[in-house]
Amino acid sequence: MENIYDVIIVGAGPAGLTSAVYSARRQMKTLVIAKSLGGQAALANEVENWPGIENISGFELMNNFKAQADKLKIEFNFNEVLNISKSGDDFVVKTNKDEFKTKSVILSFGLTPRDLGVPGEEKLKGRGVTYCAICDGPLYKGKTVAVVGGGNSALESAEYMSKLAKQVYLLSNSDKFGADPILIEGVQKIENIEVMCFSQIKEIKGENKVESIVVADPRDESKNKEIKLDGVFVEAGHQAKTGWLKGTVDLNDKGEIVTNRDCETSSPGIFAAGDCTDTIYKQIVIASGEGAKAALQAYKYVVAKAGGYMKPDWGKCKTVNGGEEKMKLQ
Amino acid sequence: MSEVILDDSNFESEVIKSDKVVLVDFFATWCGPCRMQGPIVEEIEKEIGDKAKIGKMDIDGNPVTAQKFGIMSIPTIIIFKGGQALKTLVGLQDKQTLLDEINKLV
Repeated sequence: MENIYDVIIVGAGPAGLTSAVYSARRQMKTLVIAKSLGGQAALANEVENWPGIENISGFELMNNFKAQADKLKIEFNFNEVLNISKSGDDFVVKTNKDEFKTKSVILSFGLTPRDLGVPGEEKLKGRGVTYCAICDGPLYKGKTVAVVGGGNSALESAEYMSKLAKQVYLLSNSDKFGADPILIEGVQKIENIEVMCFSQIKEIKGENKVESIVVADPRDESKNKEIKLDGVFVEAGHQAKTGWLKGTVDLNDKGEIVTNRDCETSSPGIFAAGDCTDTIYKQIVIASGEGAKAALQAYKYVVAKAGGYMKPDWGKCKTVNGGEEKMKLQ
Repeated sequence: MSEVILDDSNFESEVIKSDKVVLVDFFATWCGPCRMQGPIVEEIEKEIGDKAKIGKMDIDGNPVTAQKFGIMSIPTIIIFKGGQALKTLVGLQDKQTLLDEINKLV
């Protein structure tokens, strides 16, 4: 018998893990494929807006999500999905290692830190180029680092790194920061942070690890200088990494997956939920809610394909003509 | 057998001079993904039996080894054989990937 999943969920943040729990509770054969667990939520120091819990660390909250999924014996695969293609009525999900067949797909891979797009960045990722000060910061104790970006997250990272590193360069393309005034003021007072305005990073250099960066003035690119350092912390915002989905589902001009209110994409059988979609608010509780919705919609889709249909019984989702039975026999 | 707790002082004898394939999980207590990686490595240890040795090292207390192997992002898993670091995996790894990598080397 061919091994075919009812649903493959891409991503394991709030949306993906909630989808997984809802899918498994509908007896769907479920596989979650993700590069990591917990998404951006797992990196949040404190979550104070998850209903029913006054205060919890993002990591602990996401660990609870995962534990709930594990109780339902949901299968996980930690690889990167490269593409999704149609195969008859089903889909083939290809990762960097394997291929899986599924009847439906839920896209819920959230947002990814934006790359700088400069020479050397790709080669030195994980070798001095990092996108998460909270994760990798302590590895740079007593070293010299640059934080690149002008938003709240960049300033918070610079402040955090100033406690660990010997010297922090904060690089901004202009002389303005898109951050809270109180943060800007705070950072300017810290002795080992050198705020470098009109400083655009042009290249990251290094053989096996980061050794230096080339910085230019965007007003006059002939003025550039090289700074010796050990680490580059990229804080250039987040984006939906959806280039690989072009032609598979419709995307908006920000690259987000276009969905309707029922989490359906432009491609029947492919659903999407959470921060990677065009949903207006990027919030844990909203992503989770959308994840639940996507799973219920995927269930409905799979059951309908198998010849059943759901009675509108507001949530119990029993099939009335044995569609569920047929689904299991395939 | 269970996981070997490695530090700068026993690394040479437990890993470099080991006659077995050794998987080392470099982690830190403050690192979220590491805390997710930990239980997966524990499962591997139970499944692999005598075929390979599984160790973990807290990089915070053991800067010499971490520096030597250029650990700049965690979790990092390195698989050693005959004293050589033959495979380096950065970021969270699933069970099957790790089992496959060990089995390639034993």
